[in-house]
Amino acid sequence: MNKGFHWVLGVCLVLTLQACNDSKRDAFYRSGIIYCSESNPVNFNPQTDTSSTTADATAHQLYDRLMDFDAETGQIIPSIASSWKVSDDGLVYTFQLKKGVTFHTTAYFTPTRTLNADDIIFSINRWRDPTNPYHNISGGRYPYFESLGLAKNIAEVNRINSYRIEIVIKQKDSSFLANLASDFSIILSAEYADYLLNQGTPERIDDFPIGTGPFKFQSYRKDHYIRFEKHNDYWGDTSLTSDHLIYDITPKSSIRLAKLITGECDAIAFPAQTELEIIRNREELALSEKPGLNVGFWAFNTKKYPFNNPKVRKALALAIDKNTLLEAVYFESATRAKTLLPNASWAFQSDAEDTAYNPVLARELLDEAGVAPGFTMSIWAMPVERAYNPNATKMAELIQRYLSAVGIQANIVTYDWTTFRRHLREGRHDSVLIGWSADNGDPDNFYRPLLSCSAIPSGTNRAMWCNKRYDQLIDEALQTQNTQRRKAIYEQVNRLIYDELPLVPIAHAYRYQAYRKDLKGMVINPYGGIRFVGVTKVQ
Amino acid sequence: MIKILIRYTILFVMTLLVLAALSFSLAYLFPGDVLVNLSGITPHNDAQRAALMRQFQLDEPYIFQFIHYVSELLQGNWGYSFVSGLPLREEIGIAMPATIELSAYALFIALVVGVPLGCFAGLRSYSKSDYIINSASMVSYSFPVFWLALVFILIFSLEMGIAPLSGRLSLLFDVPDKTGFILLDIILAKNIDSSLALGDALKHLILPTISIALISTASMIRLTRRSVIDVLNSPYIAAAESRGLSKSQIFFRHILRNALLPILPLMAIQITTLMTNAMIVETLFSWPGIGNWLIQAIYQRDYPALRIGMLAVATVVVSFTILIDLFNRFIDPSREKYERATV
Repeated sequence: MNKGFHWVLGVCLVLTLQACNDSKRDAFYRSGIIYCSESNPVNFNPQTDTSSTTADATAHQLYDRLMDFDAETGQIIPSIASSWKVSDDGLVYTFQLKKGVTFHTTAYFTPTRTLNADDIIFSINRWRDPTNPYHNISGGRYPYFESLGLAKNIAEVNRINSYRIEIVIKQKDSSFLANLASDFSIILSAEYADYLLNQGTPERIDDFPIGTGPFKFQSYRKDHYIRFEKHNDYWGDTSLTSDHLIYDITPKSSIRLAKLITGECDAIAFPAQTELEIIRNREELALSEKPGLNVGFWAFNTKKYPFNNPKVRKALALAIDKNTLLEAVYFESATRAKTLLPNASWAFQSDAEDTAYNPVLARELLDEAGVAPGFTMSIWAMPVERAYNPNATKMAELIQRYLSAVGIQANIVTYDWTTFRRHLREGRHDSVLIGWSADNGDPDNFYRPLLSCSAIPSGTNRAMWCNKRYDQLIDEALQTQNTQRRKAIYEQVNRLIYDELPLVPIAHAYRYQAYRKDLKGMVINPYGGIRFVGVTKVQ
Repeated sequence: MIKILIRYTILFVMTLLVLAALSFSLAYLFPGDVLVNLSGITPHNDAQRAALMRQFQLDEPYIFQFIHYVSELLQGNWGYSFVSGLPLREEIGIAMPATIELSAYALFIALVVGVPLGCFAGLRSYSKSDYIINSASMVSYSFPVFWLALVFILIFSLEMGIAPLSGRLSLLFDVPDKTGFILLDIILAKNIDSSLALGDALKHLILPTISIALISTASMIRLTRRSVIDVLNSPYIAAAESRGLSKSQIFFRHILRNALLPILPLMAIQITTLMTNAMIVETLFSWPGIGNWLIQAIYQRDYPALRIGMLAVATVVVSFTILIDLFNRFIDPSREKYERATV
């Protein structure tokens, strides 16, 4: 053998080792997904908190619900419950549970049994029953269930056998299943709860979570990261799920974007509207968008003169050009709203009537109603940025100009967020620019909190509008399980809102998901938190 | 020698006491409840409040409160963070090593690059290469570290994509905080591919280290150069030359040692600049060090954290400064009062 051959052999060897090293490295970097989230979760139990940060970090990663929403159609689909039945009177719900659903085995707990009826009963009783030993753990507040009066409406939760439970409610509620499918109705482990109670450390239940979801909790360091690991015995399909999932907590949106560009994050939360163009222009990044379950609107205080007159409200609605508002404030990241419901909702009415920009007619209507030119009113603009209205002050300024064209002088009012909401509840405003994000796909989640009479004292009815017929209709809609029938009722409701115009729906903002192109399987879930099951990194 | 040691010890203890007094008074000077500022715990009821008052002896005269405060500090009871609710000692125990590590690497680069270049320039003083080195160091010395780090991020992270811009290690590596020094932690950690992790950590280190090191290197070059020139002009070099010693003998036996002596005390001053720069750069690179931690504490008005953070940083800086001074006295006992080299 000559020297040259030795050299060739050596170089080959080095190259192979290098290649082997490279593929090992690539495999390692593909083994986990890093998601740059915007903030710290309050804890790891979405029952106790309605913020989207907590739901994103926990609801679909650590836990399962009895049912889920299909991300495409919004239909309720089986999850832990393989099937369910509603009695003819609509008061008794029976759920058949899947068998062989395993809880997480972690460093701090090893389950000895699979999921059964006890776990469902414990999970519901925790928020429903004040005498449950876990009810007062982590503050004892369950805002989602409280705001919908769900706990009060449940009469009893019964175990029929190990895999079958029955929930009896007091009043018919066709949004009941949707509420049980929402991010907040997660299933905890009763065995783990008993174990912690025996250990004398029940408070650990929300900080060291045990669930049945596709990922299990590993560790959390506030302001830094949350680590999850794949739950290998998950009942669902996890063949395409990544082995590790890490939330890199990065509060600044610009830094999240920078990390996405450098590849330090594979996906990021809440890209800013102004950054969307940058993401679209980058070859390696993907931006998917979907209409969100929200609505931004302009509400009139119908308790005050002259806004108690539907004619005046109509005139004001005709005076503004919604399309311009959409372009200037949302940078085309929203769709025009005709009704309260966005098109992501199954009850969306595509042929609903909408007000069109017509300043001449607006002035005529104002004259008819006796509102003289030079009339002064206030527009309250909310001080915070929300998806449904990223810049309320700017929108208020635009509306101000439209109104001056029809001879109305508008003052823009704003306070800090807490004061703002308090004053709104007291009804000090003439009109307000604000909005609403729903927690599940059920239309009742929009209609009831926004305009029903009972929502005035609880402070979500910004128009202070109370209409007997409206309340009757939305109650009637809950009495039936037939979606076609419900949809027909909501069409009447839309008609009523269009005639009365207690508020002008302006926009339904899109939800954005920005991620790197090598991430496969990312789907926006309009009906709640982000889901990482079935998401993998490919080459 | 023992006398010197005692003197330095007294100096050290007195400085720390003054610092502790300052930090204690911050509890009173910060807005809000003194008790909360001291303990980091918001009492929920009167009984809890009374217990905390007793624990911190807030009903005693100030001087007793202070003595108690110092003894608590010594025992490691530093209070709790408002925001995270974690013991501050634990938080600082993680953040401080990260800063020290970053500063240490930057200092290492400054020494390894700065001293040889400085000697080189000094030996060839007023030649072309001297002018080049000198002006280059002048330019890099005048870069604001903040701006430099941002430019590095822009070029190397966002445009070229060759270096990551945040943190110490990809989060995919699950490395427990044992020592707080990332390279050590990687070596100690089990269940991870150390060579892969070390490579990743070095990638994360490059940009922040260079941003800090450039400025320290520049001043190192200029200090060494000046010192070498001074030594070259001294009579014993001429004497050595006349004895016929070779150039390398003269350099290693006479020039290097004598040139480095006056630089050492200056290193003490450098440490302060280095730590300050490190703390600024940390915030840009999301480096989990004490600078970043303090900035977060300011944003979130975490007064207990600010109080202890300031004390911790000051203590580290004072300790290093005094240690270097002391070291200098040991290796160069001829000076009663150390002289400062000229720049």
